Amino acid sequence: MQSQEKIQVNQLTKVFFKNKERVMALKDINFSIKNGEFVCILGPSGCGKTTLLRILAGLEKSSSGDHRIHASRTNHPLQSMVFQEQGVIPWMTVQENVSLGLRMRHVPKNHIKERTKTYLQKVGLTPYADLYPKELSGGMKQRVSIARAFANDPEILLMDEPFAALDEQNKFILQEELLSIWEETKKTVIFITHSIDEAILLSDRIFLMSAQPGTIKDEVKVDLPRPRQMTQVRSDPKMADVFLKIWNHLQTEVQESRIKSER
Amino acid sequence: MHRMKRRGDRAVEELNKAVEVEKEGLRRRQRNNRIKQVLTISSPIFMLLIWEVLSQTAIIDPRFFPPPTKIIETLVGMGTSGELFEHVQVSLIRILAGFLLGVIPAITLGLLMGMYSAIRHFFSPLIMALMPIPTLALLPLILIIFGIGEFSKIVTIAASVFFPVVINTAAGVTNIDKIYADVAKNYGANPTDFFLKIALPGAMPVMMEGIQMGQAIALLTIVAAEMIGANSGIGYVIWMNYKAFLIPEMFVGLILISFFGYLFSLLLRGLQSKLIPWK
Repeated sequence: MQSQEKIQVNQLTKVFFKNKERVMALKDINFSIKNGEFVCILGPSGCGKTTLLRILAGLEKSSSGDHRIHASRTNHPLQSMVFQEQGVIPWMTVQENVSLGLRMRHVPKNHIKERTKTYLQKVGLTPYADLYPKELSGGMKQRVSIARAFANDPEILLMDEPFAALDEQNKFILQEELLSIWEETKKTVIFITHSIDEAILLSDRIFLMSAQPGTIKDEVKVDLPRPRQMTQVRSDPKMADVFLKIWNHLQTEVQESRIKSER
Repeated sequence: MHRMKRRGDRAVEELNKAVEVEKEGLRRRQRNNRIKQVLTISSPIFMLLIWEVLSQTAIIDPRFFPPPTKIIETLVGMGTSGELFEHVQVSLIRILAGFLLGVIPAITLGLLMGMYSAIRHFFSPLIMALMPIPTLALLPLILIIFGIGEFSKIVTIAASVFFPVVINTAAGVTNIDKIYADVAKNYGANPTDFFLKIALPGAMPVMMEGIQMGQAIALLTIVAAEMIGANSGIGYVIWMNYKAFLIPEMFVGLILISFFGYLFSLLLRGLQSKLIPWK
């Protein structure tokens, strides 16, 4: 079960036209992710990582190539996405937001109630269940977003820079909370980020992307024992090496794309 | 030990002082708010007082500007005779029926236009072309088509309410942040759920603004329509009394319009906070 292939992406390519100019957003993306793996996709802005995630989320279509998410159960959604900052729906209460996926799938009422309650509790939002998002802080909104995705009980989770807009302290707290919920469910996760620290803390593997055309250049394994904590990751000398390796990759990438755009 | 305690006392004293200062600030703010409230209430009273004095002393011509006390006296007289009640009732029924007849199709079409770009592209030139024509200018046409009965007045109001509501509803839907549509799609919303849970509530704030506008226009239209082609209603009261040079009676009509305009906007504001609790 553990080594089963969960996500397979073959020769995925995405081209779009911007002001009649052809942009190669993604080129020949190939990877496979095992069941229960936590994978971060890391790259400079504009490298197409969000496009890749949106294709996996069914919000965009690839130009060529294909991708598959293997379902282990019936009656469950293939994937659910945790969106960037503004993804919490303002006219629904915290509770209604968390139960959104379950309500859209029209599962039995008592099942909705039970799962919503469980995940509200897991992210510590039970006292705020009936509030509207305008009354929540940025960190609390992202907790809603995370609870909503987990409550929906999909085969895999897709996360699009969910903590990018948070301040440093909140980010640390939410990263560890995410890890502890994830440890309980062991769902397969693809997590987009541009923060190296975040990628190292969370992932089993990190895919490094380059821009224009967006391709996966390299892959880094992070074999720290779990459960992990930020302090422990920070103090591990091996991780400092990993950080440097990724840093150098990103540096060259950013410089190359600058040279390209100046040409 | 002793000195420590003294220092502790001083800290408590400092804290008390700080709390006192803030309390004083709070009290000042409350006083300011009360003054503002008094100003809001007193301005109409003040104006009526000046009007009364100027009219009683004949500085302004009391034939054209009868003193408010006289107008109130007339209002009471017209009210007790029962004739006024009838006119008010007729106007209110026309407004309500016309309002509903305009708002319901406008919301339906507006939502469809917002959700489907094909429908939007088909209807928006028609709406843009018809909107600038004042409904009152269409009154002769409406009278020819629908006759001089009640229905033609209702249609006139419906037509004038329709445009602001349809435009605002369509804009309300198209202005919904795209990310909410993505969320709905990703979480598997079917078209009905999307309509009820995303498009309708998301468009509600801008739509309600359109309805507020429509309400104001409805009042304007009914009075004008009743002045031109009716023998009942508040507009008729104003026009007939003007023609008969019964100026206090005419003012009664004006006061009624002001009152109902204010009442309607209060009602709609109440409805708005019920429908949009999340704003």
